[in-house]
Amino acid sequence: MNLIEVKNVSKRFGGLAALSEVTFELKQKEILGLIGPNGAGKTTMFNVINGFYPPSSGEVHLRGRKISNRKPHQVCKLGVARTFQVVRPLQRMSVLDNVIASAFMRAATKAQAEEVALEVLKFSNLHDDRETISKGLPLGKRKRLEIARALATLPEIILLDESFAGLNPTEINEQIEIVNKIRSERGITILIIEHHMKVIMSISDRIVVLNYGRKIAEGIPSEIGRSPTVIEAYLGEEHRA
Amino acid sequence: MKKYLPLIIFTVLLAVPFIGFSTYIMHILILVLMWSVIGMAWNILGGYTGQVSFGHAAFFGVGAYTAGILYQHLGISAWWGLPASIVVLTALSLVIGYICLRLRGAYFALATLALGEICRVTAENLVDFTRGNLGILIKERTWVDKTWYFYIILFIAAVTYSIIKIVMESKLGYYFVAIREDQDAAESLGIDTTFYKTISLCLSGILTGTAGAFYMNYMGYIDPGVVFPLYDISIVTVMVVMVGGAATYGGPVIGAVIMVFLAEVIRSLPHIGAAHQTIFGIILIFIIMFLPNGIAGDYLKLFKIFRKHNRASS
Ligand SMILES: Nc1ncnc2c1ncn2[C@@H]1O[C@H](COP(=O)(O)OP(=O)(O)OP(=O)(O)O)[C@@H](O)[C@H]1O
Ligand SMILES: [Mg+2]
Repeated sequence: MNLIEVKNVSKRFGGLAALSEVTFELKQKEILGLIGPNGAGKTTMFNVINGFYPPSSGEVHLRGRKISNRKPHQVCKLGVARTFQVVRPLQRMSVLDNVIASAFMRAATKAQAEEVALEVLKFSNLHDDRETISKGLPLGKRKRLEIARALATLPEIILLDESFAGLNPTEINEQIEIVNKIRSERGITILIIEHHMKVIMSISDRIVVLNYGRKIAEGIPSEIGRSPTVIEAYLGEEHRA
Repeated sequence: MKKYLPLIIFTVLLAVPFIGFSTYIMHILILVLMWSVIGMAWNILGGYTGQVSFGHAAFFGVGAYTAGILYQHLGISAWWGLPASIVVLTALSLVIGYICLRLRGAYFALATLALGEICRVTAENLVDFTRGNLGILIKERTWVDKTWYFYIILFIAAVTYSIIKIVMESKLGYYFVAIREDQDAAESLGIDTTFYKTISLCLSGILTGTAGAFYMNYMGYIDPGVVFPLYDISIVTVMVVMVGGAATYGGPVIGAVIMVFLAEVIRSLPHIGAAHQTIFGIILIFIIMFLPNGIAGDYLKLFKIFRKHNRASS
């Protein structure tokens, strides 16, 4: 079953087409990778799905309902949570308070919010850091805090924007385990943006590739790895870099 | 100990009228309490929710005029202004929120600044309604003695303090701070930021208006220049909170003590006149540079400065 359907979505910023006619589906319980060179429009795609930007044309549907005219907080209530590529913890709040703040969306009481928050912190290996002011967390843990916060809203779908960027190999392995557990233990469907090829190839069921705002390929990881168009898009980037 | 400090202070204040202070000291204490209320009210919006307002005179003045106009036009006691200002300020806050809260950061601050001025000019010109610059005078004061005024404003301050404490430990409080820390992140975590900012503004406006309504009753006279001034109300409100410590429970109270005290000292100095604004300005710059979290937030730093000083001198 399709949870999210992105239908012919375009997003223009002035003259720049950040997304052009992108169409794909996110199926229930899958892990869908969204990859592409820098500036391909991946984060913009998240911003459209989550309601930060209205699409210039096209629609996003959640379980058959149009959500592309809703605000982010409404999309979140409908069960779509996200993380930010550039981490955005609530700086002067403790790790626990960060997560409690998002748990309040579904919790009726503070005790309930705290219970959800503590459970989520254990799940994402942040329980020992719960009293730390989040400004002082190292990057690896901040990335996990992003995930913990999103999980505390008890979503059905989670959008992860480069949750692995800037992590060291140990942290990457830990993070992979968490992402896998998000699906296996919590039954949450995942749409994940990642530059780290090895990670995305191993973790995704399917992959959608964007380049200059267009979808240039879609398929299972082994196909994507061999696709000449994809290789060229990435080589092109390397040449530029 | 720290937990009971507010309760201890409250109890001590309850006993104050029995000490037999002079009228002047009682007047100062009443002003301190009134500014504490205004500071605490501003703190909800500016300190906790991060929406800095330079227009709180609008709320204060409208509260004062609500009381004054009830007396002037309906001939009823200006004390009815206390409950009435809650209604009026809720309506005003909703309108202001609708207009200003879509703006962010400095733009919001500028919009509120304009707002205070708009209120002043309006009050000056709606002569039939507000008596313009003639002001409103309550001819028969409720009490000559200060005791009951003191108890009333003490009650308002205690209620304000308790409301803030309860709010800040609830979902609302978490949402306010989340909005301050990162509005977009808050929004994506399911927080309807426009709605909760409006709630914060309403709470802040209502409590500030209550202080205004009290002021009308206490001083017995208001005019637009007294209750709507940019400097003497709006800016001083911000200073009360900045000096004491934004986003702390006790900060606005500490700030109120210091600012009222300073204002009195400066006023008693000869030849200084309008220079008090300059002095306040210098103090504000000093605070922002050295104690950005105010006295309540940076008191540890203060200790450090003193300790260093002691060691150097010994
Ligand atoms: N708010 C905005 N205003 C104007 N242009 C924008 C805005 N947001 C994104 N863009 C532009 O849209 C294009 C796509 O950006 P986007 O952030 O979606 O890329 P990305 O695929 O996430 O890249 P990266 O891998 O570097 O994160 C870029 O050219 C970017 O400069
Ligand atoms: Mg991006």
